[in-house]
Amino acid sequence: MVAVTPETGQDRALADAFEAAVAADERVEPRDWMPEEYRASLVRQMAQHAHSEIIGMQPEANWITRAPSLRRKAILMAKVQDEAGHGLYLYSAAETLGTSRDELLDKLHAGRQKYSSIFNYPTLTWADVGAIGWLVDGAAITNQVPLCRTSYGPYARAMVRICKEESFHQRQGYELLLALSQGTEAQHAMAQDAVDRWWWPSLMMFGPPDDESAHSAQSMAWRIKRHSNDELRQRFVDIAVPQAETLGLTLPDPDIKWNEERGHYDFGAIDWAEFWDVLKGNGPCNEQRLSQRRRAHEEGAWVREAAAAHAEKQAQAHVQHEEARV
Amino acid sequence: MVLAQRLGEWAGHAPVLEEEVALANIALDLLGQARVLLSLAGDEDELAFLREEREFRNLQLVEQANGDFAHTIARQLYFSVYQQLLYGELAAGDGPFAPLAAKAVKETAYHRDHAEQWTLRLGDGTDESRRRVQAGLAALWKFTGEMFRPVEGLDLDAEAMAALEARWLAAVTAVVEKAGLTLPEGPRTGAWTAGAGRQGLHTEPFGRMLAEMQHLHRSHPGASW
Repeated sequence: MVAVTPETGQDRALADAFEAAVAADERVEPRDWMPEEYRASLVRQMAQHAHSEIIGMQPEANWITRAPSLRRKAILMAKVQDEAGHGLYLYSAAETLGTSRDELLDKLHAGRQKYSSIFNYPTLTWADVGAIGWLVDGAAITNQVPLCRTSYGPYARAMVRICKEESFHQRQGYELLLALSQGTEAQHAMAQDAVDRWWWPSLMMFGPPDDESAHSAQSMAWRIKRHSNDELRQRFVDIAVPQAETLGLTLPDPDIKWNEERGHYDFGAIDWAEFWDVLKGNGPCNEQRLSQRRRAHEEGAWVREAAAAHAEKQAQAHVQHEEARV
Repeated sequence: MVLAQRLGEWAGHAPVLEEEVALANIALDLLGQARVLLSLAGDEDELAFLREEREFRNLQLVEQANGDFAHTIARQLYFSVYQQLLYGELAAGDGPFAPLAAKAVKETAYHRDHAEQWTLRLGDGTDESRRRVQAGLAALWKFTGEMFRPVEGLDLDAEAMAALEARWLAAVTAVVEKAGLTLPEGPRTGAWTAGAGRQGLHTEPFGRMLAEMQHLHRSHPGASW
């Protein structure tokens, strides 16, 4: 029998209390004790989520200057602005775990932390903006609504705010596609082409199948995740199929069929080779997305330095002023 | 609208996330103001997407390319101080633009504060930031006179315009000096810049900006979006 030292005995008690609290659906807060793996797992997931918001600005921002009406331009600008805001919430939430935005951004820029694989696909036409709203935001919401009840408090609270805005964006994307689908022949074709290109990448947003998902089991045990990748993917397909019918657009999968027995839609096989390839950095826009992000950061360095230098001078002036009064 | 378009180009390229939010926010306010104004004159999309370059009446100042962040801030400083003073006067009056101006004056107060704060930070930041913001102020100086020139077809009170110009100059001078910068020298109007944008005479970057902005709309005549 291995002797239990007082220290490990104490850790065990803390770990037991943590497990019990999580199992009882209590929220974990920044000052609470938590296992190091839980902390690391959350930092990884929240950073990836934050990075996805800011990299995700690029494919849509690509169309801001070309939006075909002023109303659509305003909607798109507001959406991209919201995404920057989501990035801000999520970096702040991640900072409660003892990391910093600068550190996380450095890791993103160095390619050491990931962002959602979906943003490595290009926005080739205006309809892609609608397909992103409907499918990509739709998939994101399916993933994120359960995160409003995730075990880590700051993350859960950030998600409540984010989900409200995301569902608004999704409705706008759907409405954009509907306008195109019911518009001229050329507009309808543009909408169909966009859906054809974004459907499969959207299904890949839920991550690898359950039996190949490295972090799933632990994340679910800790209630960081509440549902498995495949469960959420199925939920998304079940919602999207009837929406596509209402839109008057088809989905590029001949195997989609209602399965009475399961009470779900069956669907075709995902090209996992493509998924892993994009994840490894070989997607159509990986290089472009990361280099734009790095460039914005590098070209903005002098601005951040100026702001810091000014703040420092202000602080010194304040100290001198205080000293003069004494 | 033209300035909103320019600020929209910053999306995804700003130096910090907070500025992604701020620049998009300002662009959205300006676009909102433009939509109200254009709707008063006709169909907003027809006016935005189907006019030729020579039919646009915007100031040359707002069509200038973004340049670096300091250049953008200099453009914002010149324009937002002007806009806030102008909307303040329109809001106080009882003309047709008073209701629009009452809303816009609050937005432009925020834009002005943003531009002033950044002028201070850059002017009183590092040597490089001071050099860059000074260069931005200098490059755009010659476009500032147009804001106060008579506009063909509009019956503007010359005395009120001169008063507005004096207030603008005083406000900009105060910020520039507080930031440890110097007010650019040289004329604020030239043969080409004096009221030229108001007559549909623009600078070269403007045509390219419009080409990008209007391309999709013009490719689908009569379509609705």
